[in-house]
Amino acid sequence: MLYPITTTHYMILSAALLLIGTLGVLTRRNIVIILMSIELILNAVNINLIAFSRHFGHVTGQVFAIFVITVAVAEAAVGLGVLIALFRNKETVQADEIELLKW
Amino acid sequence: MNFLDLIWLIPLFPLAGAAVMLFIGRWLDPQHAGGDHRPSPPSKAVISLLCPGTVLVSFLLSLAATVQLSALPEKIHQVIQFTWLAGMPFHMANGVQSIFQADWGFLLDPLSAVMILVVTGVGFVIHVYSVGYMAHDGGYYRYFGYLNLFVFFMLMLVLANNYALMFVGWEGVGLCSYLLIGFYFNRKSAADAGKKAFIVNRIGDAGFLLGMFLMMNVLGSLRFLDVNKALTSGAFTSETAGFGVLSAMALLLFIGATGKSAQFPLYVWLPDAMEGPTPVSALIHAATMVTAGVYMVARSNALYRLTPETSMIVVAVGCFTAFLAATIALVQNDIKRVLAYSTVSQLGYMFMAAGVGAYWVAIFHLYTHAFFKALLFLGSGSVIHALSGEQDMRKMGGLKDKIPVTFRAMFIGSLAIAGIPGLAAFFSKDEILWQIYSSPSGSKIVWAVAALTAFMTAFYMWRLMFMTFYGASRVDPKAAAHIHESPKVMTVPLQVLAAGSVLAGWIGVPKIWGVFGEGFRAFEHWLAPALGGAAVEAVGEHAAHGASTEWLLMGTSVALALAGIALARYLYIVKPAAADELARASGPLYDWALHKWRVDEAYDFLFVNGLAKGGGTALGVFDSRVVDGGVNGAGWLTRFTSRVSVWWDTWIVDGAVRLTSFLVKMSSYPVRTLQTGFVQSYALVFVMGVALILGYLVMR
Repeated sequence: MLYPITTTHYMILSAALLLIGTLGVLTRRNIVIILMSIELILNAVNINLIAFSRHFGHVTGQVFAIFVITVAVAEAAVGLGVLIALFRNKETVQADEIELLKW
Repeated sequence: MNFLDLIWLIPLFPLAGAAVMLFIGRWLDPQHAGGDHRPSPPSKAVISLLCPGTVLVSFLLSLAATVQLSALPEKIHQVIQFTWLAGMPFHMANGVQSIFQADWGFLLDPLSAVMILVVTGVGFVIHVYSVGYMAHDGGYYRYFGYLNLFVFFMLMLVLANNYALMFVGWEGVGLCSYLLIGFYFNRKSAADAGKKAFIVNRIGDAGFLLGMFLMMNVLGSLRFLDVNKALTSGAFTSETAGFGVLSAMALLLFIGATGKSAQFPLYVWLPDAMEGPTPVSALIHAATMVTAGVYMVARSNALYRLTPETSMIVVAVGCFTAFLAATIALVQNDIKRVLAYSTVSQLGYMFMAAGVGAYWVAIFHLYTHAFFKALLFLGSGSVIHALSGEQDMRKMGGLKDKIPVTFRAMFIGSLAIAGIPGLAAFFSKDEILWQIYSSPSGSKIVWAVAALTAFMTAFYMWRLMFMTFYGASRVDPKAAAHIHESPKVMTVPLQVLAAGSVLAGWIGVPKIWGVFGEGFRAFEHWLAPALGGAAVEAVGEHAAHGASTEWLLMGTSVALALAGIALARYLYIVKPAAADELARASGPLYDWALHKWRVDEAYDFLFVNGLAKGGGTALGVFDSRVVDGGVNGAGWLTRFTSRVSVWWDTWIVDGAVRLTSFLVKMSSYPVRTLQTGFVQSYALVFVMGVALILGYLVMR
């Protein structure tokens, strides 16, 4: 028998993505991967927004999702720019090797 | 025109000349490097005209003022230009309050009239002579600038109406004397002689200053008229009983006079002053400056009349100096040095006269001396000029026919100084001898020494004449080649002064020469108002008692003069070997005189080496022991305290700072370790915080 895909499934998927993204941010050392993990978190939010948009038959969630995508692009551009500047100075993209701001 | 009120102009003209010379003179007579004899620029003639010209103008002004002065009933004219040293109240020795002040004022009375006429008259003649004498010397403008400056200061000295302003002139002529003695400053002996003159004079000047202070303290004024009035008012009596404050004052002033007028013990600078150009020796060191002391004593005659003890010292010093200098002059070989010692000796005569109270005679001798000694100096300058700078008389001789004008002038001058009747010095010197003999304060012993000195004077002057002009020539062949008579600009002054040496004495003929009448005794009458008329008459009265004695003394002195000349002729012309034999026979005496009584050596030993150098050594020891010890002790103390300070700084101050920082470090440790620098640990905290808040919201 074929189960219909309900809002709950979307929420499970979204929660899974968020968890994967969060763990990636916390555990991976390569900043490129960290940035990618942040994208996962953002997209988990997007899925959530779209799911509830369909659930309530309201367009606001979708509009918000498009905003988030836009902001994510900007964030990625700034983040990668910072990363390149960092690499030029420190010749590394490993987060644990960039530890100047401490006591 | 009232020239009496214009007497301030008299010193001004030479000052203007000096200012022009010293400020723009160097452009009028540019110096050529290497002293080559390029034709002098036409502007040099400006110097030759301007500088004697200013003195001539002063002379004419002086003459006019003197003529007008003689018409005044009081024969005193005082012009006060302004107050120079402003009044400062003080208490005199007797407790009366007085005001210290000095004018810039001028006093013309018979005494200063004589002085300004001598200074400007003889000064002008010597200026003219200098035009010829200095023509080939470098520093022509400088020479005339100094010479004019000297005339200015000398006129200030004799025209001043108070002691303070007189002292300005006194110091000024000393300065000019220094500058002109050291005129050839690239010759060490000249520079040294200048310094010697300056330093020795300074000793005398200290006496003058102290005398002036004492005068201010006791009499309350420095104006000649006020001082004279105070002294003759009867408030002060003659200090016959002992040495009082007036005697001290007079003695201090006399110390000043011994410096300036080259008396023992301060005469030593004058012979050395001959390092200067010869016209300078004639003007400054014979005719004018060195007579300033005599002028000052005569000016203070009211004071010296009240102080017989000091007057006695004046006589003694004058007598000793006259004798000492004459003995030295007997054996000197440098033509100018003979004249220098002769000047010292003649100044001694003047002081003898002043000391016995015959002030007019002292001034009379000063006045005749200015003519004949200036003449002799200028004549010797002409001789030196002819011999291309030779001054040693042993290398002269036989110049009589080669430089006849100079010879005739010197001949007259030497006759005059020897005291041959009819010539200037006969009148003045004979009067001095007579006054020494007859005056109540004179003495026969002093007369005997003075007469002996007169004999020596005749001898050494004619020794000079015979060695220079007579006999065989001993001139260096090189110099002999161009012996030449001096140019007119030099010989005419000689002739003028020679005429003066003949005629100058005829205004002071002896009283016993009654046939000439009182007109020939004008000098004494002229000076009487300035020098205390009554006292002069008293001396004259005393003199009248012994007319026959006076004739006898006069005959004696003339005989002594002739004997001196004859002895000189015998020793240097008739039997030239006799002089050397005599020198050998007298052995140590000759040596003693030749070495100037070893006074210079004694001074060197006592003062230069003894006090100055010995003092220097003592000071050196003091410096190395006490002063350096103090410095080293202070250094050690500084090092010690700095060590203590270092210890304190290291352990206490630094310790406190370090302890504080250590405490801060320790206490901050737990918080500090939170800041790991790992961006992901911050993210972890952040996520955990979110989880906690969510957990709290869900569990609630």
